[in-house]
Amino acid sequence: MGLEEKLPSGVLLTSVEKVAGWARARSVWPATFGLACCAIELFQTGGPKHDLARFGMERASNTPRQADLMIVAGRVSQKMAPVLRQIYDQMSDPKWVISMGVCASSGGMFNNYAIVQGVDHVVPVDIYLPGCPPRPEMLLDSILKLHDKIMNMKLGKDRDRQITELEEARLSRPPLHVASPRGSRL
Amino acid sequence: MSGPAGPEETHGSEAPQGPRAGSGQQAEPPAAGASPAEADGDLPARLGEERLNAPVVRMGLFGVQGTPDTSGYGLLRVHRAAPIDSPRPYGSYFDELADALGSGLQAAGLGFSDAIERVVVDRGELTLHVRRERLTEVAVKLRDDPALRFELFSGVSGVHYLEDTGRELHAVYHLLSITHNRRVRLEVSVPDADPHIPSLTGVYPSSNWHERETWDFFGIIFDGHPALTRIEMPDDWRGHPQRKDYPLGGIPVEYRGAKIPPPEERRHYS
Amino acid sequence: MTDSVPHAPAGASDAEAAEGRVYTVSGEDWDELVAAANEARDFQSGERIVVNMGPQHPSTHGVLRLVLTLEGETVVEVRPAIGYLHTGIEKNMEYRTWTQGVTFCTRADYLMPLFNETAYCLAVERLLGIEDRIPERAQIIRVLVMELNRVTSHLGGIAPMGLELGASTIYTQGARLRERALDLLELITGLRMNHAYIRPGGVAQDLPPGALEGIRAFMDTAPRLLQDLHTLIDANPVFIGRNKGIAYLDLQACMALGVTGPILRSTGLPWDLRKSQPYCGYESYDFDVPVNDMCDAYGRYLIRMAEIEQSLKIARQCVDRIAARGAPGPSADPVMIRDAKIGWPAQLSLGPDGLGPSPEHIAHIMGQSMEALIHHFKLITEGFRVPAGQAYAAVESPRGELAAHVVSDGGTRPYRVHLRDPSFHHLQSVAAMCEGGMVADLIPAIASLDPVMGGVDR
Repeated sequence: MGLEEKLPSGVLLTSVEKVAGWARARSVWPATFGLACCAIELFQTGGPKHDLARFGMERASNTPRQADLMIVAGRVSQKMAPVLRQIYDQMSDPKWVISMGVCASSGGMFNNYAIVQGVDHVVPVDIYLPGCPPRPEMLLDSILKLHDKIMNMKLGKDRDRQITELEEARLSRPPLHVASPRGSRL
Repeated sequence: MSGPAGPEETHGSEAPQGPRAGSGQQAEPPAAGASPAEADGDLPARLGEERLNAPVVRMGLFGVQGTPDTSGYGLLRVHRAAPIDSPRPYGSYFDELADALGSGLQAAGLGFSDAIERVVVDRGELTLHVRRERLTEVAVKLRDDPALRFELFSGVSGVHYLEDTGRELHAVYHLLSITHNRRVRLEVSVPDADPHIPSLTGVYPSSNWHERETWDFFGIIFDGHPALTRIEMPDDWRGHPQRKDYPLGGIPVEYRGAKIPPPEERRHYS
Repeated sequence: MTDSVPHAPAGASDAEAAEGRVYTVSGEDWDELVAAANEARDFQSGERIVVNMGPQHPSTHGVLRLVLTLEGETVVEVRPAIGYLHTGIEKNMEYRTWTQGVTFCTRADYLMPLFNETAYCLAVERLLGIEDRIPERAQIIRVLVMELNRVTSHLGGIAPMGLELGASTIYTQGARLRERALDLLELITGLRMNHAYIRPGGVAQDLPPGALEGIRAFMDTAPRLLQDLHTLIDANPVFIGRNKGIAYLDLQACMALGVTGPILRSTGLPWDLRKSQPYCGYESYDFDVPVNDMCDAYGRYLIRMAEIEQSLKIARQCVDRIAARGAPGPSADPVMIRDAKIGWPAQLSLGPDGLGPSPEHIAHIMGQSMEALIHHFKLITEGFRVPAGQAYAAVESPRGELAAHVVSDGGTRPYRVHLRDPSFHHLQSVAAMCEGGMVADLIPAIASLDPVMGGVDR
């Protein structure tokens, strides 16, 4: 996809973005990083009832070189974190990460010495999926949201602009402080 | 009996009779109050006196210091119960087992109490407290003697009693006899300053990983183990995580402006 | 503490010894060791290479790392390295109450969560001394959900077995049947996995209305689906070729290595804790223990399939028993022990705003009984106290003997909980099963052991 990255922004680039986004979203190959209990729900999602194959995702590429999406399913221990980072680094761009389950998103119920409190300490995460474990339907929902994100991803100069815009939006979002109606802090 | 404390007790100051009434267990009553000379030893006022000499186990309001104590539990001091030494007869198959082990050890030139410090029969289970020097001989006898035949090694794990100076680390072995359908537990106590126990890998090959795990989590060194290295924690980890003086290591959880401390720092009413 | 123990110097070094070079390894220096060994060229055959079948691998049944020394295609040495999923579950349980401990131990071996819970709860009940006061309805429900979990666990082992051999149809067919069993577990316990349903004193909730019909419907369709799996796999020449004669472990080896479960039963010894040391009322159920003497991966597969059928048989008996008891309600036929100081107080029900304590329960504690309110409060915040002592309770899990060693110091929190997991124990026998065989045989060998890394690492 090198040529498209070099195109100047304009109508041509927008059309290419649409086609590229559509193509990328249609067959995302997961590099399943199935670690613990969430991996079992991932395994069930690949089964006939909740079918990952309808998204073209049943071909879990076992080699990270050919994978697009890393679904970190399960608790990441301190010993496993460097391995996780190495697999992420071995994936080629464009790549996305879904942190499946609360253990991957935030350390979950295991707030202790052995578990990395959120896989975003190690790799950048696109979609956080809570649940212990999340149902297959929830995983499919997160994949659809990811597809939405992939389809709207821009290329080249537009991508740089998109990244800056998204970052500014997040920085200016107010923090989640909740004040009770009578003014006292919760 | 005074001496280093263990966790087993059949009487105590908290909920002694309620949940255990009508339970029909094999637990033997302790020796207290057995002799007629101490006839008033089992009066409620006198019960538990010997515990005042035992180390303090819990103080209530775990982890919270220096705050105004509104719970009323600030002055609670719970002492550890005296260790049980069950008298004969033990009941069930335990007597047979102890006799077979005794004669087996005798054949090897050892007395029963040379090897076994204490026998505890509690809640239908037999625990032999073995002296660490004799552990290998006891294990070989348990495995090979036809009346014993404890072929299956279930596992060894550690327990860390922080307050028991001189006997902090306990290694607990569980054995299963398929031939006789029996179980037995061996317990070896070692001090923190000298945490060496002979390895049982020569007797039971499958104790290999269990001993590595016990070393990893408690720091008990098994002499004679072919490769005593870390197994669960990363190779270069410092410290032994499941010891009581090792922190749980959580981080405070922040959500919408509130900060919840990690589990080990929360208030706890015990 | 580690500093007071003398270590080898960091980094691999070598020294001359009587029978060849000695390499001292102290951790995180595997690359240096391999480089030094290759440089020294003191391997007999030039073909010997050291390969890392790393923690991220599609076929190692989870995050298991195998360090293989290969001579061509033959495995000369295999060393499993574990710990990549270590969660500190046992230490975490020391900071929670006895009932909360169930939610932790259930996530140890995540393919058989209800067995973890049962082992732990049996040990706690033994410490409490209430083993014979557990209500019978609770015992029947425990057996029912455990056997359903056995079905899902075996399928969760057989389906990846097929996938790892490259047969994705076995995987989808296994997932298909497993999905129905999971639906059933969801109907009964509320969750598909990690249920936290079996608690000290009984079970959390009674069977919901419609559960018995749902279970019976599953029992009617399951045999056909199971037969589909049999037709697909049993006589499949590729499956047989890859599994027959592979991972041979006979009775002597199993006894030396302390192996239990389907692996031991594939050597001809019918050892099953449900028959020899029954718990939860298993002595009153009519079932067989599948056994064969093939000692190989194929034999273990056959035993697992047969155990699924036996589990369905037991589950049918459980359903009949519960149906025979009728539905007299929680006061006449409770599922939690009737002891105000121990039994979990709250009854949950589904209201307009979700699942919560049932209105009757709230009316009772708020309006009718101060004592009940106090018990409710104390049991949920503090938990019950367990008299000091230690107990070891073992159950026959789908993988072998799963046991919980629980130590109490008299308080409301466990002093120490150790889960003796069968997968941890059995992984030690990988070397005995695979050395001398081919690399490709490692996969079915490990699949036949069916290790679950959550239980291995806890």
